Amino acid sequence: MTLVYQILNGVQIGAIYALVALGYSMVYGIVKLINFAHGDIIMIGSYCMWFMISRLSLSVPLSALVTITVCALTGILIERIAYKPLRKSPRISLLITAIGISLFLQNTAQLIFTSNPRMFTNIFSGVIQIGDRAFSYTTIVTIVTAALITIALTQLVNKTKIGKAMRAVSEDNQVAQLMGINVNNTISFTFSLGSGLAAIAAILYISSYSRIQPTMGSMLGLKAFVAAVVGGIGSIPGAVIGGLIIGIAESLTKGYISSQLADAVVFGILILVLLLKPSGLLGIKYTEKV
Amino acid sequence: MKIARISAMLLCVIMILASIPACGDDANTIKVGLIAPLTGNVAVYGNAVKEATELYTKQFNDAGGVNGKKIKLIIYDDKGDPTEAMNAYNKLVNSDKIVALLGPVTSGPTFGVAQESANLNIPGITGTATHPDVTTYGDNYFRACFEDPFQGGAIAEFASDYLKAQSGAIIYNTSDSYSTGLKDSIAAKSKELGLNILATEGYGTDDIDFNAQLTNIIAQNPDVLFIPDYYNNAYLICSQARDAGFEGTFLGVDGTDGVLEIDGADVSVFEGLYFANHYAADDPSEVVQNFITSYKDKYGSTPNALAALGYDAAVILYNAIKAVDTAGTVELGATAESYQAIIDAIAATDMECVTGHITFDPNGNPIKDVSIISITNGAYSMAGKY
Repeated sequence: MTLVYQILNGVQIGAIYALVALGYSMVYGIVKLINFAHGDIIMIGSYCMWFMISRLSLSVPLSALVTITVCALTGILIERIAYKPLRKSPRISLLITAIGISLFLQNTAQLIFTSNPRMFTNIFSGVIQIGDRAFSYTTIVTIVTAALITIALTQLVNKTKIGKAMRAVSEDNQVAQLMGINVNNTISFTFSLGSGLAAIAAILYISSYSRIQPTMGSMLGLKAFVAAVVGGIGSIPGAVIGGLIIGIAESLTKGYISSQLADAVVFGILILVLLLKPSGLLGIKYTEKV
Repeated sequence: MKIARISAMLLCVIMILASIPACGDDANTIKVGLIAPLTGNVAVYGNAVKEATELYTKQFNDAGGVNGKKIKLIIYDDKGDPTEAMNAYNKLVNSDKIVALLGPVTSGPTFGVAQESANLNIPGITGTATHPDVTTYGDNYFRACFEDPFQGGAIAEFASDYLKAQSGAIIYNTSDSYSTGLKDSIAAKSKELGLNILATEGYGTDDIDFNAQLTNIIAQNPDVLFIPDYYNNAYLICSQARDAGFEGTFLGVDGTDGVLEIDGADVSVFEGLYFANHYAADDPSEVVQNFITSYKDKYGSTPNALAALGYDAAVILYNAIKAVDTAGTVELGATAESYQAIIDAIAATDMECVTGHITFDPNGNPIKDVSIISITNGAYSMAGKY
């Protein structure tokens, strides 16, 4: 029975990794950029949610809505200010800019909120008993939300017009432009979508794990990035599967081997995947044309 | 020409005059150094110690000081960093010529300072560095707080004696020497007392998801759960454990102090938690209540355990200095005789302090009680002394 609980623990954190990984994956798919500032959007979302709830005492749905909007706008703003001017530069410049933005956001947060962690109280209080172990409603809410979002996102990308535009830009943005697709708007939309998902991940994350601090996004972002790579960067179901694999691997390592090895196992999986199937489990393999 | 000469002479006179009060000041003051982290990660600790030390310095000087001479406290910031602490130490010893040293506050910076001060045999006392090694470098260094193994043993004894616990589990921070040290002493004492430790689980400093470890612990259904870590982690563990259906009693250590002040925390998860601490704010003893009243008057808040320990360190040191001066055989100053006399006087300490009745063992560690604090109805209250 303990094994079932450990897997459930893993699915819970894995669902959060998946939500964050989706953002990485979509942005990578469309601008071929590993957006290292993505993890820090989670941090912004967490502080925003915390501020709405414990300082302004707003209701949960309203706070969540504000948080998602703030994050989506931040995503667009970052893209417009930092990445857009560099769209034609070498990819390494973009990557370095992304790291710079990440540091900028972290340090700004440190200035405003100090490095002292803040705690967030669970907004989905209550537990359900499964055998001799109880699970918080947050666990259930997290897993269900992640599942619904994945389905909705797949529908959005495959069935709607904007989804079609996203796929087109992702394939070749110059040709897409020639076909009359507004590339700038599509890219902005992708960034806002990714950041909005990060906001939802942030709300679920702090509801379960309470602690909010300026650097919280870096490790979470890194693990989600690993999840995205493991699942196949650019692929939506891949990001979800990657997230779950990482979450469950982490939980089982902590539960049965040693908590010190958890991170080693996560990054070990990354190395293995890169060695055996560099495009990821569900990734599309592109052949380089000479 | 004449005007120039006169003004030059006048300037000389002014300079001579100006230097006289400085001289007089020197003869009538005794310099004591304090190294504390006033900025940085552990600034909260450093400022508590600084405030308490300043409070006692004022009280001591107002009450007559060292037979009429005043204590002059020189404070330097170490930012919680061992290198900065060494710089501060060198400044205090070489340029300020202090007679004795208070601090540093956290164990990390204290190692170097204690080791270095052993060479010159400079009397030092830290209120708060709990790591066992701090007092091992020489006979010159003392501390006002109990050591980690001591409180670990005390909380295990409390679990067995008072709570009548039969079984327990430990969850600890594998990358923190404070936490691992306590885990070892809790485990050792529990074994000695026949308290069965069913599970020992670890985590890393930046971990915030303890569900995997807690699942294993809950599967064993222990009576008590020892959480030897600082308050922020204690909060995460307690709240996740309650969510996961853990029904036993939580037991913490002195780092748990402060859990009720965590910004935004749902403190109801701490109901029924017990932790070992240096002092209890609701201890009826007169020394404790006087300290609390005067601290509140000056700073407007209830002093935490670090403030109490910082205060005690100052009490012990200043009274030792006074004892040396009263005996009159050695003149106070930055000399080897004065250092040794103060060290002997500290070693002979036998007095009622805020954090308990203190005498020193030959290693410079205090022999005193551990207070056990319980959290009931969202407030700290004293449960007993061990």
